Amino acid sequence: MTTDITPAAVDAAPDGQPKRKWIGRSMKRVEDPRLLTGRGGFIADQKIPGLLHAAIYRSPVPHGRIVSIDATAALAIPGVVAVVTGEDCKAKMNPCMNFGPTTIPQYPLAVDKVRYVGEAVVAVIAESRYLAEDGVDALKVEFEELPPVVDPMKALQEDAALLHEEHGSNLAYERTFTFGEVDDAFAQADLVVSDTLHWGRSAGMPLETTGAIARPGLNGVLEIFCNSMNFSYFVWLIATALNVPSNRVTISPVPAGGSFGSKFTAHKVPTLAGFLALQVNRPVSYIEDRFDHIMNSDHHASDRYYDAKLAVTSDGILLGLDIDVVDDYGAYLQFGVGTHGNALSQGVGPYRIKNLRYGLRAVLTNKCQQGAYRGFGSEVQNWVLERLIDQAAERLGMAPEEIRRKNFIQPDEFPYKIPGGNLYDSGDYPAVLDKALSMIDLEHWRKEQKRLREEEGRYIGIGLATTQERSVFSSTEFWYWFDEPAFPITSSPESATITVDPAGEFQVLLHSQAMWGNSPETVAAMVVAEEFGVDPSTVNIRYADSAHALPGTGPGGSRFTVMVTGAIRGAAKKLQKKIIEIAAHTLEVPPEDMEITDGRVQVKGAPELGQSLAEVALTAYFFALNLPPGMTSGLEEAYTYDHPLTTLPSPDRSDLGIFYPIMGHNCHIAVMEVDPETGMTTWLDYVAVHDAGTIVNPITLGGHVTGGTAQGVGTAQLEELVYDSDGQFKSSSFWEYLVPSATEVPPMKLGHVETPSPYTEFGIKGGGEGGRMATPAVISAAIDDALREYGMRVRNLPVRPADIVAAVQAARQEQKAD
Amino acid sequence: MTTQAHMGADPTVQRVITARINGRDVTRAVDTRTTLADWLRDELDLVSVHLGCEHGVCGACTVLLDGQSVRACLLLAVQADGHDVETVESLSGDPNDLHPIQQAFHEEHGLQCGFCTPAMVLRTKEILEERRERTDEEVRQEISGILCRCTGYQNIVNAVQCAARKLYAGSPAPIASGTGTGGSTDPHPGA
Ligand code: FES
Ligand code: FES
Repeated sequence: MTTDITPAAVDAAPDGQPKRKWIGRSMKRVEDPRLLTGRGGFIADQKIPGLLHAAIYRSPVPHGRIVSIDATAALAIPGVVAVVTGEDCKAKMNPCMNFGPTTIPQYPLAVDKVRYVGEAVVAVIAESRYLAEDGVDALKVEFEELPPVVDPMKALQEDAALLHEEHGSNLAYERTFTFGEVDDAFAQADLVVSDTLHWGRSAGMPLETTGAIARPGLNGVLEIFCNSMNFSYFVWLIATALNVPSNRVTISPVPAGGSFGSKFTAHKVPTLAGFLALQVNRPVSYIEDRFDHIMNSDHHASDRYYDAKLAVTSDGILLGLDIDVVDDYGAYLQFGVGTHGNALSQGVGPYRIKNLRYGLRAVLTNKCQQGAYRGFGSEVQNWVLERLIDQAAERLGMAPEEIRRKNFIQPDEFPYKIPGGNLYDSGDYPAVLDKALSMIDLEHWRKEQKRLREEEGRYIGIGLATTQERSVFSSTEFWYWFDEPAFPITSSPESATITVDPAGEFQVLLHSQAMWGNSPETVAAMVVAEEFGVDPSTVNIRYADSAHALPGTGPGGSRFTVMVTGAIRGAAKKLQKKIIEIAAHTLEVPPEDMEITDGRVQVKGAPELGQSLAEVALTAYFFALNLPPGMTSGLEEAYTYDHPLTTLPSPDRSDLGIFYPIMGHNCHIAVMEVDPETGMTTWLDYVAVHDAGTIVNPITLGGHVTGGTAQGVGTAQLEELVYDSDGQFKSSSFWEYLVPSATEVPPMKLGHVETPSPYTEFGIKGGGEGGRMATPAVISAAIDDALREYGMRVRNLPVRPADIVAAVQAARQEQKAD
Repeated sequence: MTTQAHMGADPTVQRVITARINGRDVTRAVDTRTTLADWLRDELDLVSVHLGCEHGVCGACTVLLDGQSVRACLLLAVQADGHDVETVESLSGDPNDLHPIQQAFHEEHGLQCGFCTPAMVLRTKEILEERRERTDEEVRQEISGILCRCTGYQNIVNAVQCAARKLYAGSPAPIASGTGTGGSTDPHPGA
């Protein structure tokens, strides 16, 4: 190791045992009561005087030139205020923020061309949403259709129509990284397993869509209220798009009804609302309806075609991994290829694979653009790797747990640098596997599997996966793909401000996003409680708007709990120092003799000698002449916590640096019954054990595991955003896009292992992406296992009942022919 | 919100309706095309009625119409004329004073973003008024008409069972796990 990776955070008493009162306790969320009474304060709940509403005319064709837009009839409808088109955007704004090539610009309304079914073409602004939709119905829009580009392989052919003429090709990006001696590894291998795999397009699909209200406010400031995440990271980019000075736009965060990546840096909606408000100089609301969200959101998710190979020795040692992936990014490359940075952060999984090749082609097609979804592209890599390992185990006659255990990075090998350069901070993979195996009787199920097959003709399958859950990204993963990146950003901070008010009560200000479904307020209250010995229920949490926000990056890549804890703890340390100095000065004792316990500041060993925080606060606010010399009034401290462990990529990219080091891990085991006649599956058992380092709140971490697992079930078996061969979109509502209901999701047994991170405050690791990291792999494995006699191999997700039936029938035909 | 009647081909014809909303009679003129969900949200400020799809699949807009769960996005406001409508505010609209079902969701972490939650709470009320005992599997069936994208349902199932114990605390426990954990003694809240 050349990098300094000395652990930064130490949090243990001299005997090595962590001393904590709140961290680690199951605590009911402080966010709940308002949500339970229907007062979540979501974007659609906001009422603003004089508010106008926008509705969108969406492209009915996959690819075409906009010939004409006739708004006469729409504008004649009483209550319709304005009609805004891409021509207005072209004339008055800049392209939207973009982390991909500048030759692939995007506007919130299509300019000149439409590039997918559902792309926004015209906005109608009216006094109500009903009237706005009447206006949309009355529009006459003419297109000159162009050949649709649907299949990403065909998109790369010479004669394919171009999505973006200026870019000159439908290949948006291409690169191959080779780490280690990949060819040698494959030459030495006793066995090479390979597969062609397709991970189908799904999306975070929260129950609440993305929405924004923009209001031209006082002093020429455009105020935007929206449920998009990490606004303090990108508000200046929205201002740039809108051609407004950055100090004349503020974003106020509004709680989100779920995101799962879909609202991560979601900019189209706030940008459009802002633009529309500026056109009519009145407040305008644009809230996606479900059609808008499914067809035209910022974030569909990975849609990848793999040629993948794994080199293995005859005794099951994994030598090398060779990945060739084509990713169907859709019509724009707005967020660059960071989804593959995520894949590379844990490219070799929990295994000691020394050699890795990763070839990526990002392709443009006539589909909605791709972005983030829980796992951010790393969950796809997990699935591919686990698919190959299952195949290797089968070929070598090894049990799935056996081949994995044999290849695990061992607990004493951390910190561990993987091929590519990322570092795994810590882990105990055998312990996680052992814990999972202890929670399910595999021997029993294997016997049952045999017995039920023989005696009752039933098909039982067992799937097991051991996968990584990287957390706490560093921004380098978005640009190390390029030799000369335009904006080689290295910051991904999070901030917090703690105030003790004159009455001694705690306020915490968070700086990057309002609540979005997990528990930023509960976490913040618990950390403050831990640091000051107060009851967490007494701590009040607020959210800054962008005009007041300190640096923040928001939720994403399971970073928020780790980062916000670092920020709060940093602010707490500063505040504790000031509190102690004031009390010490008042009581005329040396500050180093004092400590803060149970909401009091007191002399160590003499607790009767001290002051309440309220007493200190009164002094701080109102008795400046009683403060230590040089100290100023007030009791508030802010802290910005930077990424705890990141390094730069090497200039030649032979080493990508440390960019995602806080490494969680999990083991899922599923037992399923598969009916080969109908393709239907039934759950018999499900175990999920996660290691997210030190657990802050067991009950909410469990919620991420179960919630993520449900989404993994959706990705693996139900959900798909389908474009047919003509580029028409076939899943524009919940009638076609099947979100799992309670009966499709298994009851789960949850277990936890805690391997604290040596690099974060309290040793916390991120756990927000939960079950989705592993579930598609265990479902695929269980279905294969159940139908092994038919040579079943899941290669395409989602695997639907019809796919299973077709595979079984094909196998039976073949068996008959033999 | 505009409610002015337009001339000619305009679809916004109005009718005056009276409905019992969370226990109070409300009489209003409504556009005939206004959905029940939009009317409750926009005119009566009952924003707990969430809109997840507006095509009848997700169930986030669930309200109780004469005690039965319905999808408010699929009904017109005029169809509520002469009927009784309950939203989650009828249990409690006060975050400091939760109804036992709401408490159960709080204790069992039966919500994350809270978008499906009012619907889930109302559905829980409906099925628990019918009867107390259900296996977890039966609870899953009963709530399967409402989608939750966050929780994976496990804790919602637990919350329903916990609510059953709370609501029927004091009545003989028919199943082994059915020991009451305190809370209200009122088995028919909001009735
Ligand atoms: S909003 Fe009514 S069912 Fe989805
Ligand atoms: S809690 Fe978010 S949809 Fe159920």
